[in-house]
Amino acid sequence: MSESPAPSLTHVPPQGFWRKHVFSLDHKVIGKQYLVLALVAVVTGMVLSWLMRFHLAYPAASVPGLGAIAPNAAPGGRISPELYLSLMTMHGTIMVFFVLTTAPFAGFGNYVLPIQVGAEDMAFPRFNMMSFWVTFVAFLVLIAAFFVEGGAPLSGWTAYAPLSAVGKDAGPGQGAGQTLWALSIAIFCVGQLLGSLNFIATTLDMRTKGMTLMRMPFSTWAWFITSIIGLIAFSVLLPACILLILDRVAGTSFFIPAGLVISDRMQPHSGGSPLLWQHLFWFFGHPEVYIAILPGFGIVSHILPAFARKPLLGPKVVIGCMAAIGFLSYTVWGHHMFLSGMNPLSATLFSVPTLIITIPATIVTLLWIGTIYGARLRFTTSALFCLGFVSVFVSGGISGFFLAQPSIDTYLHGTYFVVGHFHFVMGVASMFGIFAGVYFWFPKMYGRMMNETLGKIHFTLTLIGVYCIFMPMHYLGLAGNVRRYSEFTDDYMKGALPLHRFITMAALFTGAVQLLFLVNLVWSRLRGAKAPDNPWEATSLEWSISSPPPFDNFGGPPPVVHHGPNEYGMAGPTGDYVMQVAPPSAAGGA
Amino acid sequence: MGKLFAVLVAVITVLSAGIFIARVWWLPPDISLLGVGIDHQLMETMVASGVLFVVSQLVLAAFAWRYGDRGDGRAIKTFPGGATPMVVFATVLVSVEILVLSFVGTKVWGGIFLSPPNPDALHIDVQAEQFAYYFRYPGPDGKLGTIHPELIDDGNSNFFGLDPANDSTARDDIVSASLVIPVNQPILLTMHSKDVGHAFYVPDLRIQQDFVPGLVIPLQFTATQVAKKEIVCTQLCGLGHYNMRGYLEVKTKDEYQQWMADQVAQQ
Amino acid sequence: MRTKVLSSLALGILVVAATGALVTPPAGSITGTVTYTGTPPKMKPIDMAKEPTCASQHATPVMTENVVTGPGNTLQYVVVYISAGDQPGPAPAAVVRYEQKGCEYVPHIAVMQAGQPLEIYNDDQTAHNIHPLSKLNPEWNKSQPPATPPIKATYDKPEFIPVKCNIHPWMHGYFVVLGSANYALTGNDGTFSLKGLPPGKYTVTAWQEKFGSQSQEVTVTGTGATKLDFVFKALPY
Repeated sequence: MSESPAPSLTHVPPQGFWRKHVFSLDHKVIGKQYLVLALVAVVTGMVLSWLMRFHLAYPAASVPGLGAIAPNAAPGGRISPELYLSLMTMHGTIMVFFVLTTAPFAGFGNYVLPIQVGAEDMAFPRFNMMSFWVTFVAFLVLIAAFFVEGGAPLSGWTAYAPLSAVGKDAGPGQGAGQTLWALSIAIFCVGQLLGSLNFIATTLDMRTKGMTLMRMPFSTWAWFITSIIGLIAFSVLLPACILLILDRVAGTSFFIPAGLVISDRMQPHSGGSPLLWQHLFWFFGHPEVYIAILPGFGIVSHILPAFARKPLLGPKVVIGCMAAIGFLSYTVWGHHMFLSGMNPLSATLFSVPTLIITIPATIVTLLWIGTIYGARLRFTTSALFCLGFVSVFVSGGISGFFLAQPSIDTYLHGTYFVVGHFHFVMGVASMFGIFAGVYFWFPKMYGRMMNETLGKIHFTLTLIGVYCIFMPMHYLGLAGNVRRYSEFTDDYMKGALPLHRFITMAALFTGAVQLLFLVNLVWSRLRGAKAPDNPWEATSLEWSISSPPPFDNFGGPPPVVHHGPNEYGMAGPTGDYVMQVAPPSAAGGA
Repeated sequence: MGKLFAVLVAVITVLSAGIFIARVWWLPPDISLLGVGIDHQLMETMVASGVLFVVSQLVLAAFAWRYGDRGDGRAIKTFPGGATPMVVFATVLVSVEILVLSFVGTKVWGGIFLSPPNPDALHIDVQAEQFAYYFRYPGPDGKLGTIHPELIDDGNSNFFGLDPANDSTARDDIVSASLVIPVNQPILLTMHSKDVGHAFYVPDLRIQQDFVPGLVIPLQFTATQVAKKEIVCTQLCGLGHYNMRGYLEVKTKDEYQQWMADQVAQQ
Repeated sequence: MRTKVLSSLALGILVVAATGALVTPPAGSITGTVTYTGTPPKMKPIDMAKEPTCASQHATPVMTENVVTGPGNTLQYVVVYISAGDQPGPAPAAVVRYEQKGCEYVPHIAVMQAGQPLEIYNDDQTAHNIHPLSKLNPEWNKSQPPATPPIKATYDKPEFIPVKCNIHPWMHGYFVVLGSANYALTGNDGTFSLKGLPPGKYTVTAWQEKFGSQSQEVTVTGTGATKLDFVFKALPY
């Protein structure tokens, strides 16, 4: 558990295409594989959301070509109610699992963490390779749900029972599609558990000489805390999915009570509890959203000082707050269930920690803002995404404050206010953390700089776009506009249609803007300017090695660390900062 | 670029907050007895959060504007007091907010969901199914018939699975697709689901509650104005979820008696 | 001389055979009325409040249709068909039309021969999701948004298939898929007429969706109409 030198792994550079690029044990390759998977997933998820938004804005319109691809689900090209809900379910599932858990945590964590602690690789390279391929298989199983009879499930990413548990009587999508969904998530859990074990073991046992826990970069702390959260959360989701599959195929009744009549048929189940599924799911589900955001906290805390040219304000406090958020995340799950039919007294019990978790989150946000006070900000694209992260996290966090109170949730639950809230914190803040990480670490990963002009345009248009998409959802929620509706035929919701059209336009616009990012990625990979070892003049270990790094990260003997990661704004051997591997006599220390 | 960011954030903040303040899209007028507590709680939270939102975004924008690197080699400045003011401010401010809002909020919440059943309440049985609500009144005998799920026959309008052939209390039950109630009358709904999870939401009443298969859940409210409002489902229940609605019709006491007499006559 | 006789004989036989082939065999019919005894259940008004675009199409509420009676204790919507004794031919090509109109199924019961094409139309402004609850034939359900093409289906096995709409719980009807080409659906006067039946013994079955099936054997002779009535026992619940 102490700063033992990294054990010399018998790492021989692999030969051959398959060993080097496909079945690689190298954490850097695996990290990139996760990031590519997340990229494919995010494009898929975004296309699904375009179809959804298009249907909401123009329910009677036909999507050209869709009638030929899906004649049952979209007769005449017109998205049917069940197709809309399937798109919604798959959008949520793909985004939460295969983008927001995969990119910032498995993707960047795998690539960067071993280097940041001074190790040659993760503690268990084979587990690591397995964890990626297991995750990949989970993605394939999920996508397969679109192609089975009945199509993809329509019960939402939350898959509440008994709708998700009774089988195909419950309607289209609830046949094989739902079973494949549960199977995919169960497989995903296995991949994540393997990953979490690796992160924890690596962080605790593979730190190089001089890398005390308190000298670890903030991003490493975030990945470490996230992996502990993940270990517990995914350990609960995995059996929950298995129980769901058993209810669907083995005739058990964990989540299905007696006496249900669906499609004119008495369901042959009894004794189960739909609330049990909700408790199991949200016991995982709430920590899951912190798994989605904490790496972003770490990434922003890591990147912001580099571009502010001054240390992060209150480094120990930031670490403590991230740990507090991780701990408290297990005490709040019932705030998704205030109106679920559980004892109303429980609502008060869950509301209090939900509100308390605001405290560490507020502290960290204020510390970021305090960090840029008196700074000498370099407004690179990565820095802009960090600043944008702060702005959207404030927006999303504040709307959470409303929903944390049961009395207000009585009105806002199930409305677009909730949709706006979670998209701000997950769909935007977490994504901004990923973007900040990409623009920051791309030079290290590929040895080439990304195009800053394209990047700044990408940032500016995306910032405007996401506010245009998600801020109006709060207004819709206040007006009582219900979520998860494929159309708004209710008298009082019809008036909201113009605002929905505006949101759709903003969503399509913002989606199109992401093309700039994709173009930038490809162009920079092929023709970007060559990147120096340390283009950002940053302190942590990944910037002390070449871009891209050598196979074993440090090119031979492991590095020795004499400084923390936060030494900016002080005279050092290479400028106004002191790298972690600088000799002890350099300014700063400890 | 920092200045552009600052301007963008400031404009977005002012616009967003302005639309909230101007109530361009807002809650419908409250027609319930206890809704005023929820509205009050909402306004308190909105004011407190609104101030925090505007101040923090504008400070972020101001700092981004002011503290760009102008290449003049000026020294960096640490926030006065370091991290401590942030910690103290956040902890104290948020804790006070939490205490106040929790204290008041719990009373509001308890008033709606933790109150014992009102003995004067009009009891109406509610069944949610894919994709409609059906409301059952006890009829002249004052008793609700027993539900037999195996007898449910939607095509024959036996939505509740009543057995009028053998159950005399079921023969006079009045089943309606609309929730018709008298104004200023406490109502007690007993809610159950025929198939999957559903919910009962009337924004104008500021009330919402999930239906859970296997449970019978009580819900109390009093409507204070004559009105016709929609009841909508907020718990994803299948493909027809968007089309699952009913109408709440709050009538004067006389109109309600007349409606009830008409229903009984039609039996 | 012998050749002449033989060829005349052959010609004669040919003529008789040809004449025999051209002459149509005698065809009779079975006609009758379906009535009930006892008290039938009261039909109930359907409350379409949740679908205002349909509710506005009906000046007075539509009634449920599972026991529809006519003057003189007659029963409507009874399917009367030959269940034994006839040779069913190939399914006709005529399309059976089933409409969703005013949030009702029109006709309430669609009778067709196994293999006959069925087309389902949505004439309403709301989407419907038609769900025929078949057990012997493959079960399916499909959403049909307004102004989309008709759904085409065929059922290959004889079966009485209840049909419901997944979106509007009160909508209820039947697809009656028969092996026989000889069937009739009684109207409000309760009468039926099965025509074009060669002489022989037949089993005639009458099916009413609430009261079930009744069968009777009857012999058709010659070209006249054989009278056959059915009486169902009705109960109020």
